[in-house]
Amino acid sequence: MSTSSTVRDPGATAPGSTGPQRADRRTGRSLVGGRGGIWFVLPFMVVYAAFVLWPLLYGLGLSFFDTSLVSDESQFVGLDNYARLLGDSEVWRTLWVTVLFTAGSTIPLVAIALVMALLVQTGVRGQWFWRFVYFAPFLLPVATVVLIWQWLFSGDFGLFNGVLTGLGLPEVGWLTEPEMGLWSVIILTVWWTIGFNFLLYLAALQGIPDQLYEAAEIDGAGGWRRLFSITLPLLTRTTALVVVLQVLASLKLFDQAYILYRGSGGPGGSATPILQYVYDTGFVDYRLGYASAISYVFFVLIILIALVQARLSRRSES
Amino acid sequence: MTTTETANPATTTVLPGAGRETAGPSTVQRYTPLARAGMVTGLAVLAVLWLAPLVWAVLTSLKYEADTTTVPLEVVPERGFTLEAYTSVLANGNLVTWFVNSTVVTLVVTVLTVALCAAAAYGFSRTRFRGRRALFALTVAGIMVPPQILIVPLYRQMVSWGLADTYLGIILPQLVVPAMVFILKKFFDGIPHELEEAARIDGAGQLRIFLQIVLPLSRSILAAVSIFVFIHAWNNFLWPFIITSDPALMTLPVGLVQVQSSFGVRYAQIMASAILAGLPLVVAFMLFQRQIVRGVATTGLGGT
Repeated sequence: MSTSSTVRDPGATAPGSTGPQRADRRTGRSLVGGRGGIWFVLPFMVVYAAFVLWPLLYGLGLSFFDTSLVSDESQFVGLDNYARLLGDSEVWRTLWVTVLFTAGSTIPLVAIALVMALLVQTGVRGQWFWRFVYFAPFLLPVATVVLIWQWLFSGDFGLFNGVLTGLGLPEVGWLTEPEMGLWSVIILTVWWTIGFNFLLYLAALQGIPDQLYEAAEIDGAGGWRRLFSITLPLLTRTTALVVVLQVLASLKLFDQAYILYRGSGGPGGSATPILQYVYDTGFVDYRLGYASAISYVFFVLIILIALVQARLSRRSES
Repeated sequence: MTTTETANPATTTVLPGAGRETAGPSTVQRYTPLARAGMVTGLAVLAVLWLAPLVWAVLTSLKYEADTTTVPLEVVPERGFTLEAYTSVLANGNLVTWFVNSTVVTLVVTVLTVALCAAAAYGFSRTRFRGRRALFALTVAGIMVPPQILIVPLYRQMVSWGLADTYLGIILPQLVVPAMVFILKKFFDGIPHELEEAARIDGAGQLRIFLQIVLPLSRSILAAVSIFVFIHAWNNFLWPFIITSDPALMTLPVGLVQVQSSFGVRYAQIMASAILAGLPLVVAFMLFQRQIVRGVATTGLGGT
């Protein structure tokens, strides 16, 4: 794995050498012992404390109270909210929807992005064009994406059903059939966000030194052989990273599902992610305490998944 | 080797590649003509799938309203195309207001976020003070907190501070991006100390070193971070959606959701609004593709 040092790019401003710095540390002579450092950190810390740390604690506090947005009275109820949550079938149902979405979106979002990057990296003409086409949707605001797809999915005049009819196939109720509800969100999401994973793969592919391919070619290795013996093995780490990022992003599904179904949760509630249940509980039913409790359980779940994945990817590295 | 790699995914896996961007993709690999044809076909099929929704949206937005709902579908209507949908959307709707709001909010968020994060990163990287390690650990821990789980307490807090339905209310909670502090600190750590040492001998203070030496050396990473923050702020939906109810204060993504209901079934106008809202970043991408690609890849990988 000497790729990174051999390919370290002379053009980037990243000063690669850590030599002198390390030497200074060894001699114990701190170059940077300047006082007043706290003043650089303080502005950030104040904003961080006010808008992340405090709400985090405040939310934890709220989750022990029976607090409503409409009245000022609130009663300490201990762990009642958490106990109720365990027996709330809607929590489990929306959590399941979220898990299904995560599985259903992560697989195509990683696999298709990899294929796109591999194809573009082969050096065919029109680099600018391919990158633009695959990445541009990622730059669109979620509302733009959803408005476009609502129109494509629409029952009577939508493009998809128009094409299906043209092919002599039956129409599909993209936004009205409970079996399709979540799939429509998945299709839209894959189209919208694939560009991000595509770029990560592209960057990783460009980090593979040409010498490896030159050597392989001299040895007579064909395209497939080079793909499976050089490219894919060298992408293992990137893939682990892309999967982790994608799972964590997919679990936080809310915006597109909420807008696509105008807050209804989809046909038969088939596309209600857990964050939407938090939103509905807090901002529609005004049960702030209970909504905070659900948020916290979800938060713990995300941390657990992140830790498990960090462990797995570390093991696969060594 | 392995230690630097685990600690530093952004610089080891991405910067080299991102820097080579100018050199283009690898051209040393040779393929048979058949393989090449297969690759181009694959690329083209994917491109058609990815372009079709956009093309259809643009076509719809250029049609007369009555031509949008024909059975069977018409790609090119008999009457031809018109800019009617665009002119009426710009004249009647709040689109211009939302555009201005989005621009103001996004610029302020980007400038302040980068300033706060860069200063903090410098403090963590280059200065010594009591509690530095603890505060940095606290900052890194913040990367794990999804903003979505804070909406309920944050909303209540902003209401009690009187910041609901204000620009400040929209902007302030978006300023904290702990991942960017982490990325910038890692970069600052890699800058050799000699330059600063020389400046210090000349009597330069901490602030001058930061502003005149470290920041100019970090232009590439600052650009990357700014691009990332900008895209996220421009497209941010959930928080502005929760904190604003006054249409005069809404940002584009939030305002567009109102369009959904207010325009009813006027598809040409809905598509025109959607396209106008999406256009600025897409145009920016056409102009600055290389910088944006590098910015997103660098921060995307370093952010975990």
